[in-house]
Amino acid sequence: MSMKRRTFLKGTITTGVLSVAVGAGLLKPSEVLAAWPENAFNQKGLADAINAISGGSASDSGDIKIKAPDIAENGAVVPITISTSISGVEKISVFVEKNPQPLAASFDLASNCDGFISTRIKMGKTSDVVAVVQAGGKAYQAKKTVKVTIGGCGG
Amino acid sequence: MAKNSIKIKAKNKGSKTEVKALIKHKMETGLRKDKKTGEKIPAHFIKEVKCEHNGSLVFTANWGVAVSKNPYLSFKFTGGAKGDSINVSWVDNKGDTDSKAAKIK
Repeated sequence: MSMKRRTFLKGTITTGVLSVAVGAGLLKPSEVLAAWPENAFNQKGLADAINAISGGSASDSGDIKIKAPDIAENGAVVPITISTSISGVEKISVFVEKNPQPLAASFDLASNCDGFISTRIKMGKTSDVVAVVQAGGKAYQAKKTVKVTIGGCGG
Repeated sequence: MAKNSIKIKAKNKGSKTEVKALIKHKMETGLRKDKKTGEKIPAHFIKEVKCEHNGSLVFTANWGVAVSKNPYLSFKFTGGAKGDSINVSWVDNKGDTDSKAAKIK
Protein backbone atom coordinates (compact mmCIF):
# COMPACT_ATOMS: atom_id res chain seq x y z
CA MET A 1 0.00 0.00 0.00
CA SER A 2 2.69 2.43 1.01
CA MET A 3 4.63 1.65 -2.18
CA LYS A 4 1.67 2.53 -4.31
CA ARG A 5 1.14 5.74 -2.46
CA ARG A 6 4.78 6.73 -3.04
CA THR A 7 4.53 6.12 -6.76
CA PHE A 8 1.31 8.01 -6.92
CA LEU A 9 2.78 11.04 -5.15
CA LYS A 10 5.84 11.07 -7.37
CA GLY A 11 3.66 10.99 -10.42
CA THR A 12 1.56 13.84 -9.18
CA ILE A 13 4.51 16.09 -8.45
CA THR A 14 6.15 15.72 -11.83
CA THR A 15 3.02 15.97 -13.89
CA GLY A 16 1.02 18.41 -11.78
CA VAL A 17 2.40 21.68 -13.09
CA LEU A 18 2.52 20.67 -16.70
CA SER A 19 -0.65 18.65 -16.82
CA VAL A 20 -2.66 21.49 -18.33
CA ALA A 21 -0.38 21.90 -21.31
CA VAL A 22 0.22 18.20 -21.73
CA GLY A 23 -3.44 17.40 -21.28
CA ALA A 24 -4.32 19.81 -24.04
CA GLY A 25 -1.88 17.97 -26.30
CA LEU A 26 0.09 21.11 -27.00
CA LEU A 27 3.46 20.44 -25.53
CA LYS A 28 5.59 17.53 -24.57
CA PRO A 29 6.86 17.86 -21.00
CA SER A 30 10.45 18.20 -22.18
CA GLU A 31 9.59 21.08 -24.48
CA VAL A 32 7.93 23.31 -21.92
CA LEU A 33 10.04 26.41 -21.46
CA ALA A 34 13.22 24.49 -22.09
CA ALA A 35 14.52 27.24 -24.31
CA TRP A 36 13.42 30.27 -22.32
CA PRO A 37 16.64 32.25 -21.72
CA GLU A 38 16.10 33.02 -18.04
CA ASN A 39 19.69 34.13 -17.48
CA ALA A 40 19.49 36.70 -20.28
CA PHE A 41 16.18 38.10 -19.04
CA ASN A 42 17.60 38.50 -15.52
CA GLN A 43 20.57 40.65 -16.60
CA LYS A 44 20.37 44.28 -15.47
CA GLY A 45 22.91 45.77 -17.86
CA LEU A 46 22.55 46.05 -21.63
CA ALA A 47 25.98 44.61 -22.46
CA ASP A 48 25.50 41.69 -20.06
CA ALA A 49 22.09 40.93 -21.54
CA ILE A 50 23.40 40.99 -25.12
CA ASN A 51 26.28 38.80 -24.02
CA ALA A 52 23.94 36.32 -22.35
CA ILE A 53 21.80 35.96 -25.45
CA SER A 54 24.44 35.95 -28.17
CA GLY A 55 27.45 34.64 -26.28
CA GLY A 56 29.58 37.67 -27.07
CA SER A 57 29.31 41.28 -28.15
CA ALA A 58 27.56 42.29 -31.35
CA SER A 59 29.12 44.34 -34.12
CA ASP A 60 27.30 47.37 -35.55
CA SER A 61 25.51 46.77 -38.82
CA GLY A 62 23.79 49.01 -41.32
CA ASP A 63 21.71 46.12 -42.61
CA ILE A 64 19.29 46.14 -39.69
CA LYS A 65 16.32 48.48 -39.80
CA ILE A 66 14.40 49.35 -36.66
CA LYS A 67 11.02 50.88 -37.25
CA ALA A 68 9.83 52.57 -34.09
CA PRO A 69 8.30 55.94 -33.29
CA ASP A 70 10.75 58.81 -32.59
CA ILE A 71 8.48 59.90 -29.77
CA ALA A 72 6.23 57.40 -28.00
CA GLU A 73 3.42 59.14 -26.18
CA ASN A 74 2.61 56.04 -24.20
CA GLY A 75 5.55 53.93 -23.05
CA ALA A 76 3.23 51.00 -22.29
CA VAL A 77 2.72 50.32 -25.97
CA VAL A 78 5.62 51.03 -28.32
CA PRO A 79 5.34 49.32 -31.70
CA ILE A 80 8.68 47.94 -32.87
CA THR A 81 9.42 46.38 -36.25
CA ILE A 82 12.83 44.96 -37.04
CA SER A 83 13.82 43.91 -40.52
CA THR A 84 17.19 42.90 -41.87
CA SER A 85 18.71 41.94 -45.20
CA ILE A 86 21.28 39.68 -43.50
CA SER A 87 20.72 36.13 -44.75
CA GLY A 88 20.33 33.05 -42.58
CA VAL A 89 18.91 34.86 -39.58
CA GLU A 90 18.52 32.54 -36.60
CA LYS A 91 17.54 34.89 -33.85
CA ILE A 92 16.34 38.48 -33.43
CA SER A 93 16.36 40.02 -29.96
CA VAL A 94 14.97 43.34 -28.79
CA PHE A 95 16.58 45.25 -25.92
CA VAL A 96 15.56 48.47 -24.20
CA GLU A 97 18.67 49.91 -22.60
CA LYS A 98 17.05 51.71 -19.67
CA ASN A 99 14.38 49.18 -18.71
CA PRO A 100 14.91 47.33 -15.40
CA GLN A 101 15.49 44.21 -17.51
CA PRO A 102 16.98 45.31 -20.85
CA LEU A 103 15.96 42.18 -22.77
CA ALA A 104 12.34 42.62 -23.87
CA ALA A 105 11.91 39.77 -26.30
CA SER A 106 13.88 37.26 -28.28
CA PHE A 107 12.63 35.47 -31.40
CA ASP A 108 13.92 32.18 -32.81
CA LEU A 109 13.45 31.94 -36.56
CA ALA A 110 13.41 28.78 -38.66
CA SER A 111 15.52 28.77 -41.83
CA ASN A 112 12.55 29.62 -44.05
CA CYS A 113 11.66 32.77 -42.08
CA ASP A 114 12.38 36.26 -43.36
CA GLY A 115 14.56 38.50 -41.23
CA PHE A 116 11.50 40.31 -39.98
CA ILE A 117 9.61 40.62 -36.71
CA SER A 118 7.07 43.04 -35.39
CA THR A 119 5.75 43.39 -31.86
CA ARG A 120 4.83 45.92 -29.18
CA ILE A 121 6.91 46.56 -26.08
CA LYS A 122 6.90 48.60 -22.88
CA MET A 123 9.45 51.31 -22.16
CA GLY A 124 9.99 52.85 -18.73
CA LYS A 125 11.58 56.03 -20.05
CA THR A 126 13.40 57.54 -23.01
CA SER A 127 16.02 55.04 -24.10
CA ASP A 128 17.85 53.38 -26.94
CA VAL A 129 16.11 50.37 -28.44
CA VAL A 130 18.73 47.87 -29.54
CA ALA A 131 18.10 45.09 -32.04
CA VAL A 132 20.51 42.19 -32.09
CA VAL A 133 20.41 39.85 -35.09
CA GLN A 134 22.24 36.52 -34.98
CA ALA A 135 23.09 34.81 -38.24
CA GLY A 136 25.73 32.26 -39.17
CA GLY A 137 27.28 32.27 -35.71
CA LYS A 138 27.76 36.04 -35.66
CA ALA A 139 25.86 38.80 -33.92
CA TYR A 140 24.99 42.18 -35.39
CA GLN A 141 23.31 45.13 -33.74
CA ALA A 142 21.61 48.42 -34.52
CA LYS A 143 19.92 50.96 -32.30
CA LYS A 144 17.39 53.74 -32.34
CA THR A 145 16.46 56.25 -29.67
CA VAL A 146 12.82 56.40 -28.68
CA LYS A 147 11.59 59.32 -26.58
CA VAL A 148 8.96 58.36 -24.04
CA THR A 149 6.65 60.96 -22.52
CA ILE A 150 4.69 58.63 -20.20
CA GLY A 151 6.49 55.57 -18.84
CA GLY A 152 4.99 52.13 -19.19
CA CYS A 153 6.64 50.14 -16.45
CA GLY A 154 4.42 51.18 -13.54
CA GLY A 155 5.77 52.83 -10.41
CA MET B 1 -6.85 27.49 -18.95
CA ALA B 2 -7.28 30.57 -21.00
CA LYS B 3 -9.77 30.38 -23.80
CA ASN B 4 -10.10 32.20 -27.08
CA SER B 5 -7.17 34.43 -26.23
CA ILE B 6 -5.56 34.27 -29.67
CA LYS B 7 -6.50 35.91 -32.95
CA ILE B 8 -4.54 34.89 -36.04
CA LYS B 9 -4.36 36.33 -39.52
CA ALA B 10 -2.19 34.49 -42.03
CA LYS B 11 -1.99 35.79 -45.57
CA ASN B 12 -0.19 34.31 -48.52
CA LYS B 13 1.30 36.60 -51.15
CA GLY B 14 3.37 34.93 -53.84
CA SER B 15 5.93 32.73 -52.13
CA LYS B 16 5.71 34.53 -48.80
CA THR B 17 3.27 34.15 -45.96
CA GLU B 18 2.78 36.82 -43.35
CA VAL B 19 1.39 35.75 -39.99
CA LYS B 20 -0.07 38.23 -37.53
CA ALA B 21 -1.25 37.21 -34.09
CA LEU B 22 -2.90 39.11 -31.29
CA ILE B 23 -3.06 37.54 -27.83
CA LYS B 24 -5.22 38.65 -24.94
CA HIS B 25 -3.06 38.66 -21.82
CA LYS B 26 -2.46 41.20 -19.07
CA MET B 27 1.36 40.88 -19.14
CA GLU B 28 1.82 42.04 -15.55
CA THR B 29 5.41 43.17 -14.91
CA GLY B 30 5.64 42.47 -11.18
CA LEU B 31 6.80 46.07 -10.66
CA ARG B 32 3.41 47.74 -10.38
CA LYS B 33 1.79 48.35 -7.03
CA ASP B 34 -1.84 47.89 -6.14
CA LYS B 35 -3.11 51.42 -5.43
CA LYS B 36 -5.37 50.30 -2.58
CA THR B 37 -3.11 47.96 -0.64
CA GLY B 38 0.30 49.28 -1.69
CA GLU B 39 1.44 45.74 -2.34
CA LYS B 40 3.20 44.68 -5.48
CA ILE B 41 1.11 42.90 -8.08
CA PRO B 42 2.90 39.64 -8.87
CA ALA B 43 4.35 39.19 -12.35
CA HIS B 44 2.12 37.35 -14.80
CA PHE B 45 3.36 37.25 -18.37
CA ILE B 46 3.63 35.05 -21.44
CA LYS B 47 7.06 33.45 -21.64
CA GLU B 48 6.93 31.55 -24.86
CA VAL B 49 4.90 31.64 -28.06
CA LYS B 50 5.29 28.91 -30.68
CA CYS B 51 4.06 29.14 -34.25
CA GLU B 52 3.79 26.06 -36.41
CA HIS B 53 3.14 25.73 -40.11
CA ASN B 54 1.61 22.35 -41.06
CA GLY B 55 2.96 20.91 -37.82
CA SER B 56 6.57 22.08 -38.13
CA LEU B 57 7.90 24.84 -35.92
CA VAL B 58 8.76 28.03 -37.83
CA PHE B 59 8.84 30.72 -35.18
CA THR B 60 9.36 30.91 -31.42
CA ALA B 61 9.06 34.04 -29.34
CA ASN B 62 10.65 34.22 -25.89
CA TRP B 63 9.14 37.10 -24.01
CA GLY B 64 9.94 38.97 -20.83
CA VAL B 65 7.77 41.35 -18.85
CA ALA B 66 8.56 44.26 -21.19
CA VAL B 67 6.22 43.02 -23.90
CA SER B 68 3.04 45.10 -23.94
CA LYS B 69 -0.32 44.08 -22.54
CA ASN B 70 -2.38 42.12 -25.10
CA PRO B 71 0.73 41.43 -27.16
CA TYR B 72 0.95 41.65 -30.92
CA LEU B 73 3.29 39.55 -33.00
CA SER B 74 4.08 39.36 -36.68
CA PHE B 75 6.55 37.43 -38.83
CA LYS B 76 7.01 36.27 -42.42
CA PHE B 77 8.14 33.00 -43.90
CA THR B 78 8.61 31.32 -47.27
CA GLY B 79 6.87 28.12 -48.28
CA GLY B 80 3.30 28.52 -47.08
CA ALA B 81 0.33 28.00 -49.37
CA LYS B 82 -3.33 28.92 -49.18
CA GLY B 83 -5.24 26.45 -47.00
CA ASP B 84 -2.18 25.37 -44.97
CA SER B 85 -2.62 25.30 -41.23
CA ILE B 86 -0.98 27.73 -38.83
CA ASN B 87 -0.99 26.88 -35.16
CA VAL B 88 -0.09 29.41 -32.47
CA SER B 89 0.33 28.42 -28.83
CA TRP B 90 1.58 30.23 -25.75
CA VAL B 91 2.51 29.42 -22.18
CA ASP B 92 2.90 31.94 -19.34
CA ASN B 93 4.91 32.00 -16.11
CA LYS B 94 2.00 30.51 -14.15
CA GLY B 95 1.76 27.54 -16.49
CA ASP B 96 -1.41 28.81 -18.12
CA THR B 97 -1.64 28.09 -21.81
CA ASP B 98 -3.75 28.41 -24.95
CA SER B 99 -3.49 27.53 -28.60
CA LYS B 100 -5.34 28.24 -31.79
CA ALA B 101 -5.21 27.00 -35.34
CA ALA B 102 -6.01 28.98 -38.48
CA LYS B 103 -5.75 28.53 -42.21
CA ILE B 104 -3.57 30.60 -44.52
CA LYS B 105 -5.69 32.83 -46.72
